Amino acid sequence: MKTEGQDLTPMNFTPAGYSLLPVLPEIVLAVGAMALLMLGAFRGQRSTPLVVTLAIVLLVVTGGLLLWWLPSGRLETFGGSFILDGYARFLKILALLGSAVTLLISYGFLAERPRRIFEYAILILISTVGMMTLISAGDLITLYLGLELMSLSLYVVAASNRDDVKSTEAGLKYFVLGALASGMMLYGMSLIYGFTGTVSFTGVAAAVKSGSIGVAFGLVFLLAGLCFKISAVPFHMWTPDVYEGAPTPVTAFFSSSPKVAAFAVFVRVVLTAFPNIVHEWQQIVVFVAIASMALGAFGAIGQRNIKRMMAYSSIGHMGFALVGLAAGTAEGVQGVIVYLVIYTTMTLGAFTIILAMNHDGRPLEQISDFAGLSRSKPLLAFCFAMLLFSLAGIPPLAGFFAKFYVFTAAIKAGLFTLSVVGVLSSVVGAFYYLNIIKVMYFDQPGQAPDAMRLELGTVVAASTLFNLLFFAYPSPLISAAGNAAKSLF
Amino acid sequence: MMTWPILSVVTFLPLLGALLIFLMARGDSEPAARNARWIALWTTLITFVVSLILVARFDPAQPGFQFVEEGRWLASTIGYKMGVDGISLPFVILTTALLPICIIASWKSVTARVPVYMIAFLVLETLMTGTFAALDLLLFYVFFEGGLIPMFLIIGIWGGPRRVYATFKFFLYTLLGSVLMLLAIMALYWNAGTTDIPTLMTTAVPRGLQTWAWLAFFASFAVKMPMWPVHTWLPDAHVEAPTAGSVILAAILLKMGGYGFLRFSLPMFPLASHDFAPLVFTLSAIAIVYTSLVAMVQEDMKKLIAYSSVAHMGFVTMGIFAGTSQGVAGAVFQMVSHGIVSGALFLCVGVVYDRMHTREIAAYGGLVNRMPLYAMIFLVFTMANVGLPGTSGFIGEFLTLIGTFRVSTTTAFFAATGVILSAAYALWLYRKVVFGALVNPALATIKDLTFREAVTLGPLLVLTILFGFYPKPLLDFSAASVQQLVNTYNQAVTVVKAAALVQ
Repeated sequence: MKTEGQDLTPMNFTPAGYSLLPVLPEIVLAVGAMALLMLGAFRGQRSTPLVVTLAIVLLVVTGGLLLWWLPSGRLETFGGSFILDGYARFLKILALLGSAVTLLISYGFLAERPRRIFEYAILILISTVGMMTLISAGDLITLYLGLELMSLSLYVVAASNRDDVKSTEAGLKYFVLGALASGMMLYGMSLIYGFTGTVSFTGVAAAVKSGSIGVAFGLVFLLAGLCFKISAVPFHMWTPDVYEGAPTPVTAFFSSSPKVAAFAVFVRVVLTAFPNIVHEWQQIVVFVAIASMALGAFGAIGQRNIKRMMAYSSIGHMGFALVGLAAGTAEGVQGVIVYLVIYTTMTLGAFTIILAMNHDGRPLEQISDFAGLSRSKPLLAFCFAMLLFSLAGIPPLAGFFAKFYVFTAAIKAGLFTLSVVGVLSSVVGAFYYLNIIKVMYFDQPGQAPDAMRLELGTVVAASTLFNLLFFAYPSPLISAAGNAAKSLF
Repeated sequence: MMTWPILSVVTFLPLLGALLIFLMARGDSEPAARNARWIALWTTLITFVVSLILVARFDPAQPGFQFVEEGRWLASTIGYKMGVDGISLPFVILTTALLPICIIASWKSVTARVPVYMIAFLVLETLMTGTFAALDLLLFYVFFEGGLIPMFLIIGIWGGPRRVYATFKFFLYTLLGSVLMLLAIMALYWNAGTTDIPTLMTTAVPRGLQTWAWLAFFASFAVKMPMWPVHTWLPDAHVEAPTAGSVILAAILLKMGGYGFLRFSLPMFPLASHDFAPLVFTLSAIAIVYTSLVAMVQEDMKKLIAYSSVAHMGFVTMGIFAGTSQGVAGAVFQMVSHGIVSGALFLCVGVVYDRMHTREIAAYGGLVNRMPLYAMIFLVFTMANVGLPGTSGFIGEFLTLIGTFRVSTTTAFFAATGVILSAAYALWLYRKVVFGALVNPALATIKDLTFREAVTLGPLLVLTILFGFYPKPLLDFSAASVQQLVNTYNQAVTVVKAAALVQ
């Protein structure tokens, strides 16, 4: 009787279809994270800045591996469970960038005594491994693995301000609701498996030629779980509380990389596993998009806390990105990718500014605290104003082009109602962004914020310049996103 | 003929000036403010001089686009394309000519945050010039809507007491209209496969899409014009804006709506334009009569002029959708003339506002005793606003009325009554402010025009009278392009009518 081991030749350590090459970035990142854990464990909490720096280096190295070292083209491994194509590469780079910037802006937060926790950096690294797995998922099991690896770290990071009631509450809330979503998702997956007999996306696509009630149920539960992760209505309830309660660098993190990863898998799963029942999931996506855009726009108006407001803003933005997915075409996916890139830069820039708003070491988080910022810190106010105009989608800033691409795809797909509702809610949304600009520019100055740390200033400047000057030379990003989108079809 | 991208230079030169101010004149100190003023003035003057090269090299006999520049931008189908024809060039010149005047007008009256103010105006100039010069639909949109950002700040920071309300209203109203246009732009893009404006003008648009796209563009341009009943943002914005902001708003931003109708609605959706012409006529007639009546009861000088602007824009929309060569030529002329006259009127209000810090009509009276030069200049512009023969206001109103008369006599009739009403409110304003006894003791020491103020009003005065007596240069300038526009429009409409008859 032959055992499996006998198939292996000495030269080829892994059997065909199980190459470790495509997973190399994840392996590097995971092993590196563990090594840093050891370093932190042996050197104690005073090693925190070192660990954070090394973690950033590790993220950059991983990104470099993905970009330049791995062979290009579509790679698969573990029998198709793990896919590394142009789409995955692009979004992984984006997720890595988001994580690296998060660590960069966390130095100040981690500098003070009770919060000198090097585990913070390790958790973000592990969560990033989860995201990368998620982005490359080729079957439901990998999807779930990646999602949980990402989320479990996030729950802990949300509560990383251990002595603060709000922060721990945020972590707990996120965990309880997240566990519920995971449960729903698992239930949906089991239904899909039960009705199709397979967990791989291509297998499901082959088995599901027409809609059946069982698959439809499974799909609904699966999408419910994913909607929770991207904080789309009606699974958005955790967002304002967690955004407000979590420490600001963590909030910045939540709004960037995990959203990118969850959105990436959302797009991949509906397009590669259910391409034959577009109509079934399209209705869901259209509904979720409309609800998110509207709730994001109206919910933000009454907010006084800027982090809560940004939470509603991110709900709205996820709705806009879903507009591109609703189109279900290569243009739509291109729009989604462009949207995610631009949204990540905007939101990281905005949260960095919020993070920099301190007075005598006390964070200023009320919108009224920004009063007269254009007098006390003209450059900072200008940057924030530009980012807010960009978030509102006013040309010639980058946010406009993000919206342009998703809506263009939706118009081509004939989704007129969705588009009209979308642009109208973007007008409503413009109101609350303008309101902050009004507070900064038209109101009388209040207390001036403290001087800004250098790395925060760099992040703010970079994201503002990107948003301000994107219109001058947009084609590299647009065409890269187009190529990435094509690899899904 | 062309060796350098002259249109792009005219468009982006002010941006360079803005960058210069940003780098060299920061902060609130007096030297910084002085530097910012001078840099802004020189930038706008140089831009104006360069834009005159466009006039010199322009060939009025040729109806198509000239000075065309092309480059890659978003994709192969959405490019960077600029160019002007006889319809857009007058607006480009109007923009570059008015900006130095605006800068001079703000020389003394704006004292807070001068560098930011100047940067906002220079950025605005780039965006406005770009709007008129863009030959790509998306590029047009970017310029068109980008103008909201500096204008929002100008009204909001340097405006009057209710500036926050006014600037929010202005921003959100305009944005609401334009996002619908954006969707129509996308639909047109998929219909033609490009956003190149000359190509779109020759691409047939299906009837159903024409109707929806026309309505979407109308939503944007009608708000911008503004047409009754979506004009309510304008009086608020005008009253609260600083003087130079009002001038820009009245003289240039409002013209974007009319320009949009001429550039997009008529040539791209001729059938829908024909179908909806009665709607536009009705709204225009209401605008002319109703807002003239409203203007009569205003107590605020700026508000009165704002309402009169709405009425005058009614003549423009009426002339455009008449679809006759007189109507369209008159509309173009009326827009340029209104740009000069209303801009000058807001400057006149600014002159007395800077001295008295009130715009209430009742606070004035008998100014002629202390300010004879001002009284004379104000009189000319008031008469031009009324449309007195011999001023540029007359030519535009007369041509649009003739053009419309051939198409819709009723509309022309109501519009003509508007001319009478405009005389009523304008003369009433003039009498209250300038004539009568000098009662208010605060006015007893008021001074006549300074040299700086005379410099801002002088050129406008000359142009108003020049175009009133000799409108030929301006009309010739746009004649070929207007004729081509009208011909293609009528052709498209006749073809459909003939087809309907055959059936």
